Amino acid sequence: MDPILIKDVREPGSYTLDFYTKRGGYSALKKALAMTPDAVIEAVKQSGLRGRGGAGFPTGLKWQFVDKKSPQPKYICCNADESEPGTFKDHVLMERNPHLLFEGCLIGCHAIGAKVAYIYIRGEFFHVQQVLEAELQKAREAGYVGKNIFGTGFDCEIYLHRGAGAYEAGEETALIESLEGKRAQPRLKPPFPAVAGLYGCPTAVNNVETLCNVPLIIEHGAEWFAKIGPEKNGGPKLFCISGHVKRPGTFEASMDVTLRDLIYDERFGGGIRGGHALKAVIPGGSSVPVLLPNEIDVPASFDGIAKAGSLLGSAGIIVMDETTCMVWAAENLLHFYKHESCGKCTPCREGCDWLHRMLRKIERGEGQARDVDLLLSVANNILGKTLCAFGDAAATPVLSTIKTFRDEYEAHIREGRCTVPAPWRASAPMAAAH
Amino acid sequence: MSFHPSMDYGRGHHRSARALPDEGPAFVYTAERRATLDEILGHYPPDQRKSAILAALYLVQAQQGYITHNGMRHVAEVIGCTSAEVEDVVSFYTMFYTRPVGRHVIQVCRTLSCALMGAERVSEEIASALGIQPGETDAAGEFTLHEVECLGACDRAPVIAVNDDWHECQRPEDIRALIDGLRARGAAALTGCHLKVEK
Repeated sequence: MDPILIKDVREPGSYTLDFYTKRGGYSALKKALAMTPDAVIEAVKQSGLRGRGGAGFPTGLKWQFVDKKSPQPKYICCNADESEPGTFKDHVLMERNPHLLFEGCLIGCHAIGAKVAYIYIRGEFFHVQQVLEAELQKAREAGYVGKNIFGTGFDCEIYLHRGAGAYEAGEETALIESLEGKRAQPRLKPPFPAVAGLYGCPTAVNNVETLCNVPLIIEHGAEWFAKIGPEKNGGPKLFCISGHVKRPGTFEASMDVTLRDLIYDERFGGGIRGGHALKAVIPGGSSVPVLLPNEIDVPASFDGIAKAGSLLGSAGIIVMDETTCMVWAAENLLHFYKHESCGKCTPCREGCDWLHRMLRKIERGEGQARDVDLLLSVANNILGKTLCAFGDAAATPVLSTIKTFRDEYEAHIREGRCTVPAPWRASAPMAAAH
Repeated sequence: MSFHPSMDYGRGHHRSARALPDEGPAFVYTAERRATLDEILGHYPPDQRKSAILAALYLVQAQQGYITHNGMRHVAEVIGCTSAEVEDVVSFYTMFYTRPVGRHVIQVCRTLSCALMGAERVSEEIASALGIQPGETDAAGEFTLHEVECLGACDRAPVIAVNDDWHECQRPEDIRALIDGLRARGAAALTGCHLKVEK
């Protein structure tokens, strides 16, 4: 398929209101406002749009669950805290096509009866925030955001909320906590945000790319959308390809495309750099199991990758060639999880630290034979024992690399050194835990 | 205190170890920053002023470079919460500094995609060029070096952020020029985000 979401992002001025409206921008909003909220939700349900943040939950259902009869205000929280390692797709949409996101937010607000949408953007995206803020102001001045939009009596405001460096804020209830001015720590569910979210009010938390798909559904119809890609995995999808490929970047395709094509095809990743061979792929951001070169001939869809034993997650495809030490890769990721654990649940807060230190020990050649099983034991004691999915995400790199590369762990321990050193790694071990 | 036999927990790195913030000089927002904060407070329901804490703290940091205890007290006063609630937030988020930092805060992304492309070497090179370790500030107060987790620019790895600006696709051999460039031209020495095609 030809790109839709990021079709024009390389054009100068693609982020401006003028550029957007000249290409039919905000016409989907006009169309949606002429529909009843229920009809909008029905269209999104029919389209089969699944959340692009990682979980792949049907967006229409999420909106339907929002308690519309509640006397309290409703909210849309747009999750723009893109922090999953290997993921950089929302960044492109926000910086180069921000009005598509605003339009999606506004249609979402109409659908669930909200008057305010908050875009929670990660603090490190400062330059993106500047674009969003300026364009939001232009949309406000042009009457697309604010009071009485298109003279329909629909009032809706969009505000940006800047985060301050916390991966956990990408979890929907932690995002809400952070929006309320607290530490970004997850809440016990239920109640789900649809019932008691921001300020205890019914709330829908949607990813940037998810909301950007909504205007397309309204514009072209649910059927058109569902037909792009395999059944139950419809619509255009952004894939982020990073690591040892020739052409890292964000690419748009339908979910028919195979993982192999995304890595090797000239239109996408362009193959492994420097004549090296593929060793392993993490297909959905750092939190999902690794796949081996013989497991990548599957559609890069939610269901396709699940069948292969991993998850599409945030579609952050991290490619590793044969120069990569898998113990080192697991250590790198556990440093991330250890650093980002919010500290609320003991198994995760303590377990991530233990895992990281054991991995570092093995990687430096100081491991003992019992350590691999000890790693499995600690990881399994995090898995499923935390309030949010972070715990499972942190255990996964350990469990999955031991499952597929146990011999490499054992070789490190046996030989008392890293058996896959690479020239691109630090000459001295990276700075101590901090 | 951990009960796991092989872990030397509790000796110097227990996470509950609370570092008290610097008292710092008396702090009040400039009129302009106070007006900005009042405008941001308007984004939230009147009974939810706490929502503006992150924004309020950014303004403190913009005004005096880092966040002091007096800064936190002032935020608490303006927001209408306790200073403990403010410190709770400050100590959680990595982008708030509770100690003075250099004029250029160099943040090297260390997470997997960048590490695969040589971020460890880049960090080493910066450390040796500046004569400081990650987490430290040089004697002149010019540079602070931090290794940070994923910045969300994995296709332009290894990526560095200097204060709020990005600097993409760095190789170890580029680092000396970067440091010299920052000294001479400040943020103008940085590549910025590649998506901005208009520059």
